[in-house]
Amino acid sequence: MSIQVKFFASLREKLGQSNIELAAASTALDAWNQATQNKPVPDNLLVAINLDYAKLDTPVQDGDEVAFFPPVTGG
Amino acid sequence: MSSWVSEQCIEPWEIIAEQQRDQDIAGQFGATASFVGTMRDFSDRPDITKMLLEHYPAMTARYLQKLEDKAKDQWPLLDCLIVHRVGEVLPGDAIVVIACWSAHRRAALDACDWLIEELKYKAPFWKKEFTEQGQHWVSGNTDGH
Repeated sequence: MSIQVKFFASLREKLGQSNIELAAASTALDAWNQATQNKPVPDNLLVAINLDYAKLDTPVQDGDEVAFFPPVTGG
Repeated sequence: MSSWVSEQCIEPWEIIAEQQRDQDIAGQFGATASFVGTMRDFSDRPDITKMLLEHYPAMTARYLQKLEDKAKDQWPLLDCLIVHRVGEVLPGDAIVVIACWSAHRRAALDACDWLIEELKYKAPFWKKEFTEQGQHWVSGNTDGH
């Protein structure tokens, strides 16, 4: 098992990656730090764990999918 | 109830008419409220030539379904419909279609209003606009009220 990390939209382009797999992570913030090599967290960053909105301090379990993205602009 | 995303151009009024026919609710509904969002050729910049709509497919499907469920919990809806474009969109193309059916007008109107606002602020879609000068991500949705 592992943690799947995904980036979308402007964040994906800035970081130059859309997916990364981590062996383990304790929280969403830990996943961010590992996946980005400790890049600063953007002010308006949104987080989802297993397709539901979450927070940076939300715990992450083995097998989770953690997504990071900018404010949404649909509709 | 149904919700989906489309990579192809959508015809809002055809989709709404088809949904109404398929649901077999004739005689039960007295009100249909709809919202259609259409791409403009300007935003805070002029001369937008096209737009690319990115989304988070698994979360989008789940989120749109959740919105429909929540709307049905809050209002006595007979049916509702949400369709959103993804991919390349041109000025004049429909981006989003929402329709609600209810026995009386207030439920359909309020649910439709609530659905578009919720979708705009939470559903995981992102717009990138293209002009002759280049391209840029839209930074945030404007207040709809």
